[in-house]
Amino acid sequence: MSLRLDRRRFLSSCLMGASLLLAGTRTGQPAAPVEEVVGATGVRAWLLREPSIPFVSVAFRFEGGGAHDPEGLDGLTYLASGLLDEGAGPYDSKAFRSALEDNAIRLSFDADRDALTGGLKTLNDTRELAFELLRLALTEPRFDEEPVERIRQQVMAELRRRETDPDYRSGRAWFARAFAGHPYARPTRGTPDTIARIGIPHLRQFAATRLSRDNLVIGVAGDITPRELAPLLDRTFGALPPAAQLPMVPPARPATGGVVVERMAIPQSVVTFGHAGIDRHDPDYYAAYVANYILGGGGFSSRLTNEIREKRGLAYSVYSYLYDSRYAPLWLGGVATRNDQVATSIELVEREAARMAAGELAEQELVDAKTYLTGSFPLRLTSNDRIAEMLVAMQAQELGIDYLDKRNGYIEAVTLADTRRAAARLFAGPILFSVVGDPVGLEDRLTP
Amino acid sequence: MVASTLLLAAPAEGAAGLFHPTSFTLDNGMQVVVVENHRAPVVAHWVWYRVGTADSPPGKSGLPHYLEHLMFKGTEKIPPGEFSKIVARHGGNDNAMTSYDFTAYFQMIAKDRLGMVMEMEADRMVNLRLTEQDARTERDVILEERRMRVDNEPAAVLGEQVAAVQYLNHPYRLPVIGWFHEIESYTREDAYAFYRDWYAPNNAILVVVGDVTADEVRELAEKTYGRNPPRPVPERRRLAEPPQRAERLVEVRDARVRQPSVVVSYLAPSYVSEGREHAYALEVLSELLGSGTTSRLYRALVVDRGIAAGASTFYRGASLDPTTFRIDASPRPGVELAEVEKALDEEIAKLLSEGVSEEEVERVKRRMLAEAVYARDSLSGVARIFGVALTTGQTVEDVEAWPERIRAVTREQVEAAARAVLVRERAVRGRLLPVADEVRR
Repeated sequence: MSLRLDRRRFLSSCLMGASLLLAGTRTGQPAAPVEEVVGATGVRAWLLREPSIPFVSVAFRFEGGGAHDPEGLDGLTYLASGLLDEGAGPYDSKAFRSALEDNAIRLSFDADRDALTGGLKTLNDTRELAFELLRLALTEPRFDEEPVERIRQQVMAELRRRETDPDYRSGRAWFARAFAGHPYARPTRGTPDTIARIGIPHLRQFAATRLSRDNLVIGVAGDITPRELAPLLDRTFGALPPAAQLPMVPPARPATGGVVVERMAIPQSVVTFGHAGIDRHDPDYYAAYVANYILGGGGFSSRLTNEIREKRGLAYSVYSYLYDSRYAPLWLGGVATRNDQVATSIELVEREAARMAAGELAEQELVDAKTYLTGSFPLRLTSNDRIAEMLVAMQAQELGIDYLDKRNGYIEAVTLADTRRAAARLFAGPILFSVVGDPVGLEDRLTP
Repeated sequence: MVASTLLLAAPAEGAAGLFHPTSFTLDNGMQVVVVENHRAPVVAHWVWYRVGTADSPPGKSGLPHYLEHLMFKGTEKIPPGEFSKIVARHGGNDNAMTSYDFTAYFQMIAKDRLGMVMEMEADRMVNLRLTEQDARTERDVILEERRMRVDNEPAAVLGEQVAAVQYLNHPYRLPVIGWFHEIESYTREDAYAFYRDWYAPNNAILVVVGDVTADEVRELAEKTYGRNPPRPVPERRRLAEPPQRAERLVEVRDARVRQPSVVVSYLAPSYVSEGREHAYALEVLSELLGSGTTSRLYRALVVDRGIAAGASTFYRGASLDPTTFRIDASPRPGVELAEVEKALDEEIAKLLSEGVSEEEVERVKRRMLAEAVYARDSLSGVARIFGVALTTGQTVEDVEAWPERIRAVTREQVEAAARAVLVRERAVRGRLLPVADEVRR
């Protein structure tokens, strides 16, 4: 009896959230400062200590993801991410998995367009073993035939399932259209053809060239001191090659405007929408972030939720967010609505984005947005896993080690004029919509 | 949709008690649980009602979930649609959830706003106000939610059909969200009547986890929830399930299915229903049989025989009435589902005839106890553990005793639980298949 229904879907989280001080309340003291720990080999990690529970969470990220996979081998990073913890060094798959599971050590890898990411979680008692297993996974993965075939078949099965998953299809269709000719158009998880083509030599080549020290960032949170961590960093990551060999991926801008439809016989159409976003280091970034919060980032408080869900009951979930991808910052969103109301929902998204672009914005909305964005940050600092991931994102996006302390100031500094200017920039262009389902009334909107 | 981590929760090392809760009851009968956690100036504030989809009125399946949505629509003090916005304006997140045995509301917020959200939550416990317009619009929202969660997804349709077939009588046969045509029939009056019946402090549990002391919570709770007078609430009377005497088979064939799968779902005791002596052993069994890549089924079907893409089990003891022990498997591309089913049946037969080893029981118990430490890492996770337990017939002491009880499970008990539950006549077998044409292809 386990089905749970939440009133709203939790949105895919992008790191940007808010900051450490509680601006609205002024009660939050900054947490312990983030420390940089550097091993003798030069491997560095950012650490936030949390001694209250006897375990540690490690997050790490190797720059280079699906977008860097060789032409025709789409899904290489993703398949490799499923195999790094399937046997390494002296341990075959079964021995490696047993060492993890018997000791409650959680090791996982994942892939997105830009990076291979991973996490390690271990109780203090098993810390040495856990880091040793991570070292082996990164530096001596075996890619034995049995696990390679098994994980390949699992990815194949997943791709088959996703073939008729409207959420997946809608996102895929959006990226395929927006980035035609660019690596971002390709599927991070590959296709049955490309996954079938990936051989053990490709995987070995991947591990030898893509996992290195110069494209690695590490975040650690939990019950560990810098003195304990430093030698573990050396032992675990010190043996990686100094430099990765990453193919060049050029920056891109997504195609703008239009509606593309993939027909599927389902009662509800799933819509992905978006256009170019804003660079993470653009001076208007925080103002744009606030503008998006007001439009579609604020859950029940957002204009899109208000117009589409609260007033009209057209959807259960509608949202938008800034997606800080490396080669093409994006503004993306989604809505799922019954087939005969898709046209209306699309018009409402366009109308609300246009209102933002035109500067229709009240002072109170800005105040409310800033209070939420600054006040809600400590909520994210309550779990070691999430803190470790945040420390990784801060490094990957070059936000500075004092970001947690400074972040609130950036939001506080945003004025109404800034927000209007940023909204005018962000929401100026036409929006590209991809629809999967059986929509009616969209005929005149379709892009060939 | 399946919260498999939920019950992995409780002490690992040392003596009993990983969470060390403080528990007390207000004069009006509202139970309170506080777990202190001072790592950040934040609290998770949850209110749980002992009512869920299994308490839906006849013909109104999912009504508790509808009411859950409507609880955000306002009171005399809170204008329509403002509840969540007020929480957000104070830097907080809020949401709610409904299951078979409970309805829960929560906020995550700075600790100095705890009194405010308690005031708001206490207010909507008794002062809900609904407009006809809001009630109608929210019904449409729920229909969209249903399309998204169920009707757009063949695997969810299968899950719904399996539950409907597993229970002939008991309301666990209903979808948590409700049947489409019954959602369409909801009215504002339905919601009000249900609210008046079930929402009262003496049918609610307050769980606060975070940077606050039990004394502070007690004081705030008395000033807020304490003002709501107790009222008689109905008994939770569900129709009892007759003994299952025949295996039941459900096939969902859908053109959208590219990747077939099978689920075998056995009627099983919960922590509190008849047969409860098997509950902890079933948790160990589930872990041993189908949790992770070193589990029996994964090893046998996915690795050794190489015919399945995945194989896993699911069991949770926290349920007011008899629950299910479930096995899921899906074939590798190119392998017939029947072949996977045959292998699965052989593994179950082998388990029943040959039993399990002392070593594997000890291994998974050790892991379960170690993993429980991680449960402390989430404020809301801890709140959920207590809320789920207390709305499904368990006590605070039961939650704290979880490690001892897992530790005490023996090999013989695991085998006895397997023999008691993994019985073909008590199973529903559900298959997700492509339409016939595509099978031939």
